[in-house]
Amino acid sequence: MSQRLRVNAIACEAHGMCAELLPERITLDEWGYPIIDEEPLSPELVDHARRAAQACPTFALLLERERNRA
Amino acid sequence: MGESSSLMTEAPTLETHAAPALPRLLTGIPARGAMDLESHMAVHGPLPPAHKRGRRAESPLIGRIERARLGGRGGAGFPTATKLRAVADARGRAIVVVNAAEGEPASLKDRTLCQSLPHLVLDGAQLAAQAVGAAEVIVCVCESASASIHSVTAAIAERRRLPGAPARMHVSVVPSHYVAGQESALVNHLNGGPAKPTFTPPMPFEQGVSRRPTLVNNSETLAHVALIARHGSEWFRQLGTPAQPGSALITLSGPVAHPGVYEIEHGASLSSLIDAAGGSSAGVRGALFGGYAGAWIGGDLLPGVALSNEHLAPHGASLGAGVVLLLSEDACPVAETARVARWLASQSTGQCGPCLNGLDALAGTVEEIAAGTARAQADQRIARLASLVQRRGACGHPDGAVNFILSAVETFAGDFADHARHGPCEACGSEELPLPIRMRDAAVTRELAWTA
Amino acid sequence: MNVLLASAGPSAYWYLTRSTGAVALLLLTFSIALGVIDVRRLSTPRWPRFLVDSLHRNVSLLAMVFLVLHILTAVLDSFAPISLLDAVIPFGGSYRPFWLGLGAVSFDLLLAVTITSLLRQRMGFATWRAVHWLTYASWPIALLHGLGTGSDVKSTWLLALSILCIAVVIAAVLARVIDGWPGNLRLRSAALGGAAAFSLFLVLWLPGGPLGSEWARRSGTPTSLLGHSHSTSTSKGTH
Repeated sequence: MSQRLRVNAIACEAHGMCAELLPERITLDEWGYPIIDEEPLSPELVDHARRAAQACPTFALLLERERNRA
Repeated sequence: MGESSSLMTEAPTLETHAAPALPRLLTGIPARGAMDLESHMAVHGPLPPAHKRGRRAESPLIGRIERARLGGRGGAGFPTATKLRAVADARGRAIVVVNAAEGEPASLKDRTLCQSLPHLVLDGAQLAAQAVGAAEVIVCVCESASASIHSVTAAIAERRRLPGAPARMHVSVVPSHYVAGQESALVNHLNGGPAKPTFTPPMPFEQGVSRRPTLVNNSETLAHVALIARHGSEWFRQLGTPAQPGSALITLSGPVAHPGVYEIEHGASLSSLIDAAGGSSAGVRGALFGGYAGAWIGGDLLPGVALSNEHLAPHGASLGAGVVLLLSEDACPVAETARVARWLASQSTGQCGPCLNGLDALAGTVEEIAAGTARAQADQRIARLASLVQRRGACGHPDGAVNFILSAVETFAGDFADHARHGPCEACGSEELPLPIRMRDAAVTRELAWTA
Repeated sequence: MNVLLASAGPSAYWYLTRSTGAVALLLLTFSIALGVIDVRRLSTPRWPRFLVDSLHRNVSLLAMVFLVLHILTAVLDSFAPISLLDAVIPFGGSYRPFWLGLGAVSFDLLLAVTITSLLRQRMGFATWRAVHWLTYASWPIALLHGLGTGSDVKSTWLLALSILCIAVVIAAVLARVIDGWPGNLRLRSAALGGAAAFSLFLVLWLPGGPLGSEWARRSGTPTSLLGHSHSTSTSKGTH
């Protein structure tokens, strides 16, 4: 069951910790907001992704299981 | 209501169909005031009785709507039957929300319906409520549409003793911001919060108002439901195209003799609509389809354009909420794009960084191009900003704005290049495209006068 | 045994309670500074954002550990009649009730902050943040508690430490307010005004208060304990 990252853009306040903890999948735009690569995470990255999600001060970064996209 | 009202009662004559079938929604629309309940029943016939069904069985109306292939008229075109079914199947007592917020400045169809034909909308709401098992209906009307608020409130009072009327039906006034009519924003407002979008999931059909499954439908969609319930899906499909059956309300504005709200069948040609509106009074530079989240089609391509999503798709456009804006040759497309882009940026709720910052930067770049002060490769900056903004907000507003700007830059490439090199042209002050002007606390679209 | 120890001089618990209290104040000060650095998003390549944030969280937890030790040792120290209840319910004790009570108030506020931070995921962000701002209230209260209850408050060590901590916190508040927080101008002026007023209060109060004569008696030390060896001139060897 693959997992993906998603950002709650409303909760995000551009703290930028996620990009530091998962540079493989997250970069910051010129205003400090995260650009997420939404491809499924490889197993090696899942733990790092979880840490990045836990580090987010506003819980804006979400680690989600594969969902049906409408 | 003025001159244009008489044209609203006549069906646009179409070249391709002998069409005694139009008008449908706009049948008998009064020149002034609202059609009362008695007249409404006389014109359309009584409401079909609620079918007694087993507790688990799906309401037959949903099947009928599905066969009619009715799509949402709020802009997204989402299949109405699917939505009804989702709400009916969700856990909890459902609630119906009629979306007549109509924050799109160039759209007048929802307030036309609410103002003049409220019972058509309320019929649809009542039927939808029965189909999903809801006992409450909330009609959301824009704060600046005072005539609509009045009409709908009076109509609700008239219907109190109607058989099958929902236990509770009332009006909720929503702010006139562009994004206030977005589904989750509406739900947020009804839950006591600001009229700003929320993060989904959960989607309104699962957990909306008071955490109950919420059916949010555009007022025109429900008006169609009211007629499909009476006349059936076959009847509905007699007009329109196989892919997009039925009729639709279009708000036509720009250099035509009689701008206003018209009812067409899907697939009708744009030229026939313009003819019905008294013909164009000036040359047409281009037409914007779908409102300010939509796309442009250049003037030279317009003669072949037909009004349905499948016909517009090859041009990169869609009908959206039925808005068609013609731009005259006297206007400057670059200046108009800059004006609207700046307004779209101002309509960001500011909740998401990429939207707030990105739309501002985009508007700034377009303004620079219009003024001739743009740095080199401004078009590349636009493309880069566009890709930076798309799908990074919580709602579709930034995507719509990007769609509009990119389409303008492509359709009017010559003008944009011209302005980048030589600065403003003499048409730059045209201000043709309607934008709301703020009057005290309510925003009223400058062009509203032509149907009110 | 206890009585003998008490009459012979300060017990180990007394030293521990003073030292852990001072360390807790130091760590709290450091935590506030880190919190402001964190929220102002200051970072360098060697001190990335997640590091500053982690450090802030860990230093805060460490401060709480020392605070708990401070309370336990104070309770266990038989010199002063302080019960465990006095640690959370303010102003009910018999030893310098007001000044000790301030410690309880500060601890209560910090408990709320700690618990909400540990259970962050279960509450809305706005709620968590509102409670978190109580740290700005708990710090000055903790400082006053230390100055009021400390029996060795006149020692240069302690005064120097206190002045350092005050300076750091004032700098932190300034750094925060300059950034445009809180959004409300009135609240911002209140924050600055509060910081200035508190500093002024200390300058005016200290000489006649804890640094003045007979503070032990004036602050509410039970008379049975007055005149005891380590309530007056123990500045030299202690702490």
